[in-house]
Amino acid sequence: MRGLISSAFVIILVSGLLLFTNYQLEHKTGRVGKDTITVYNWGEYIDPDLLKQFEEEEGIKVIYETFDSNEGMMGKIEQGGTAYDVTVPSEYAVQMMEEKDLLLPLDFSKIPNVTHIDPYFMNLPFDPDNKYSIPYFWGTVGIAYNASLLEGQTFESWESLWDASLRQKLILVDSAREVIGVSLNSLGYSLNSTSLQELKEATDKLETMGPNVKAVIGDEVTQLMINNEASVALTWSGQAADMISENDDINYIVPEEGSNLWFDNIVIPRTSTNVEGAYKFINFMLDPKVAAQNAEYVGYSTPNTAALPFMDEEITEDERFYPDEKARENFEVYENLGLETLGVYNELFLKFKMGLR
Amino acid sequence: MRSKNPLRFIYATPYAAWLLLFVLAPIAVIVYYSFFDLSGHLTLANYRNFFTSIYFKLTLSSFWYAFLITFFALLISYPTAYFLTKTKHKQLWLLLIIIPSWINLLLKTYAFIGLMGIYGPINGFLEAVGIGNQQILFTDFSFVFVSVYIFIPFMILPIFNSLDKINPTLLDASKDLGANAWVTFKRVIWPMTTDGVKSGIQVVFIPALSLFMVTRLIAGNKVMTLGTAIEQQFLVTQNWGMGSTIAVFLIIFMFLIMILTSGKKGGIIK
Amino acid sequence: MKKLGIMPRTYLAAVFVILYAPIFYLIYYSFNSGGGMSHFESFTLEHYQAVFQDTRLLIIVLNTVIIALLSALLSTTIGVIGALAIYFMKNKSARQTVLSLNNILIVSPDVIIGASFLILFTLIGVKLGFASVLISHIAFSIPIVVIMVLPKLLEMSTTLIDAALDLGASRKDVLTRVILPYIKPGIFAGFFLALTYSLDDFAVTFFVTGNGFSTLSVEIYSMARTGITLTINALSGLIFLITMVLVLGYYIIGNKAKSPQGVKK
Repeated sequence: MRGLISSAFVIILVSGLLLFTNYQLEHKTGRVGKDTITVYNWGEYIDPDLLKQFEEEEGIKVIYETFDSNEGMMGKIEQGGTAYDVTVPSEYAVQMMEEKDLLLPLDFSKIPNVTHIDPYFMNLPFDPDNKYSIPYFWGTVGIAYNASLLEGQTFESWESLWDASLRQKLILVDSAREVIGVSLNSLGYSLNSTSLQELKEATDKLETMGPNVKAVIGDEVTQLMINNEASVALTWSGQAADMISENDDINYIVPEEGSNLWFDNIVIPRTSTNVEGAYKFINFMLDPKVAAQNAEYVGYSTPNTAALPFMDEEITEDERFYPDEKARENFEVYENLGLETLGVYNELFLKFKMGLR
Repeated sequence: MRSKNPLRFIYATPYAAWLLLFVLAPIAVIVYYSFFDLSGHLTLANYRNFFTSIYFKLTLSSFWYAFLITFFALLISYPTAYFLTKTKHKQLWLLLIIIPSWINLLLKTYAFIGLMGIYGPINGFLEAVGIGNQQILFTDFSFVFVSVYIFIPFMILPIFNSLDKINPTLLDASKDLGANAWVTFKRVIWPMTTDGVKSGIQVVFIPALSLFMVTRLIAGNKVMTLGTAIEQQFLVTQNWGMGSTIAVFLIIFMFLIMILTSGKKGGIIK
Repeated sequence: MKKLGIMPRTYLAAVFVILYAPIFYLIYYSFNSGGGMSHFESFTLEHYQAVFQDTRLLIIVLNTVIIALLSALLSTTIGVIGALAIYFMKNKSARQTVLSLNNILIVSPDVIIGASFLILFTLIGVKLGFASVLISHIAFSIPIVVIMVLPKLLEMSTTLIDAALDLGASRKDVLTRVILPYIKPGIFAGFFLALTYSLDDFAVTFFVTGNGFSTLSVEIYSMARTGITLTINALSGLIFLITMVLVLGYYIIGNKAKSPQGVKK
């Protein structure tokens, strides 16, 4: 019995000590009190130096927190009990958040830098007139491949993913709309198709790709590609950029039939307790020099035209990541298909994955 | 019996409160949700849906892998626990078995991706001994291996505890009576450790049904479990009704397993 | 007790090698000057420096440890009480039912636990943050403690209690002098597993934490999209080292003090 009590006592003592240290640390970093905003973003999706710069310029402390999926982020904001001032949902999530009345309408007079955004990326179907959101980064879905591990295959067409020479080589992303989208694109259907007939046709075709599929995974694919462990992957352009920066043998291509054009967007959730601070932060991030530095750090494509001159030409003239307007013609932005149809997509995708061996 | 209870009823309130708030209330919520479809209408469609081929197949494969994982975990853990009880500093060794599980699981999984990779040390070894390069990652083998790895400490602990309490004189007696090692094991050791084995099976088999993350990272989604399906329904499809329905079945399966693994004598945890 | 033969030794060695292989792999690459966990370039300590410069990360680590220790302690206390309550239940089928209910949290996928706890907290009005995370960790660790403690109680012969009572021991004495010492190994096993559950949990914490509070697993998971930095490897290396030193130190001190139990399970 004495052993038990003294053990318990030691644990309480240690926890108390740690709590105290923690308190000291938090005070040292000034996380407590003062004018603060809380930014809720994807992991490693901002240059930390810029956060410091913002804190110095505006005298507002930034608490930076991260999430790993739109759904998780939305759940947190929807349930309340949080006070996020800025967050970065993908386009379909903007629409969902708007429907659930989770967003504050933006007052553009407080964001003068919004004029730097390419008009092509403004006023998109998921948020007409940019009432709630401003694009933060954008990109496409395509094929990343390592030519040194392949026998001269090319990927101008989505059809090439069905080629028998890719047996057990292809890595797919664990996301229903992207994978079924490959099939839809190759059949010439819309990525926003809601026709059960078309979807059935697409997944039937997809099933014949089964023998080529090595794995269906998430972000781990980046490391596998960099380490030459995998040779072909269906992936987002941002991830492809990460791969290319680490491994020169990797290339990225958007097949000619078309692709998805995606956006991550800055929004102010209703839970914000420092709306003025949030506006200052958004305006700061849209400053051309800041946006340029951020884009170079993160490696994704920025919609900020004024930022492009401040960036390395090698990046901004790369057609793979900054496709010209002609190439963009075949791109489609995801629409929110509604939970019902999303369910159909996911069930079909589940069936596809269960058929893999 | 009550007279012997040194614990007056009132002391049990924290536990009872926990049962009510964190077990019964969530179950009620889940059962409630399972009767609603996406548009919020009362329906039995989710249950009908569960019995369609796809979820039925999923359940079967889930059980099969959970069985494999439990089987191999037991196969490895039992001798480990047995030998551990024979070591000099057995408590220390036991702690050393638990410590690896304090390092973040995702990190260890990433390490396994590296270890099992085409250029990883395991393949380096296979190459050196002449077996040649193998695709280890994204196979049934890698999935079962890593899952067993995760669960081993949870299996060893209860078995160790039950082995540890066996009185050594009992074994001597058995030997003196002319029993060989195998007979001693079968007649003396094993019966005395079945409780430990049963709680080991419970803490491995049941969570193995709901494994996720490992299914994606190590098996490349070529293995699906009920846990993965629930995860998807809640987070991706946002169909809480269907997710809850699968969860309800998982809870039913758990009850069945508990009944199956409960022995006749005593009728408690065993 | 006779010494272990060569076969058992090899077997145990193999088990330990496999258990520790991924950890040493992580630590090995924490010294890599290259970016990732492959192609060791050259030796560096820069990732360890980065750990100490990152106050935010240190705060998160401290949070993680505090939550783990406190939740393990409290859940062990409640779990032991629960196990005793189940043990002394007269009605067998009621006992079986409570036990099954007890195990539900072990089998439930984390997402469900997280989502339902979140609903619960918002209903009751608990502020999301330290308190909600602590409460959740206590809640999901309790059943494992019960599972570890109960078998110990069951193997204890009832005559022991009867004898104590016959000898005039009070109920309190029976509890503190007879029962608790007997089930001590089970209590420590439960405590350590509760610690393990808490340190490993990602999904539940993610759901129930508010802004301003994070644990290491949540941090690591949200890094996955852009890749985990070697700073985290270095951090894990440090945590591993500290744990080892603490455990060995505790064991040696415990042995020197001639504690009859040695290190507790």
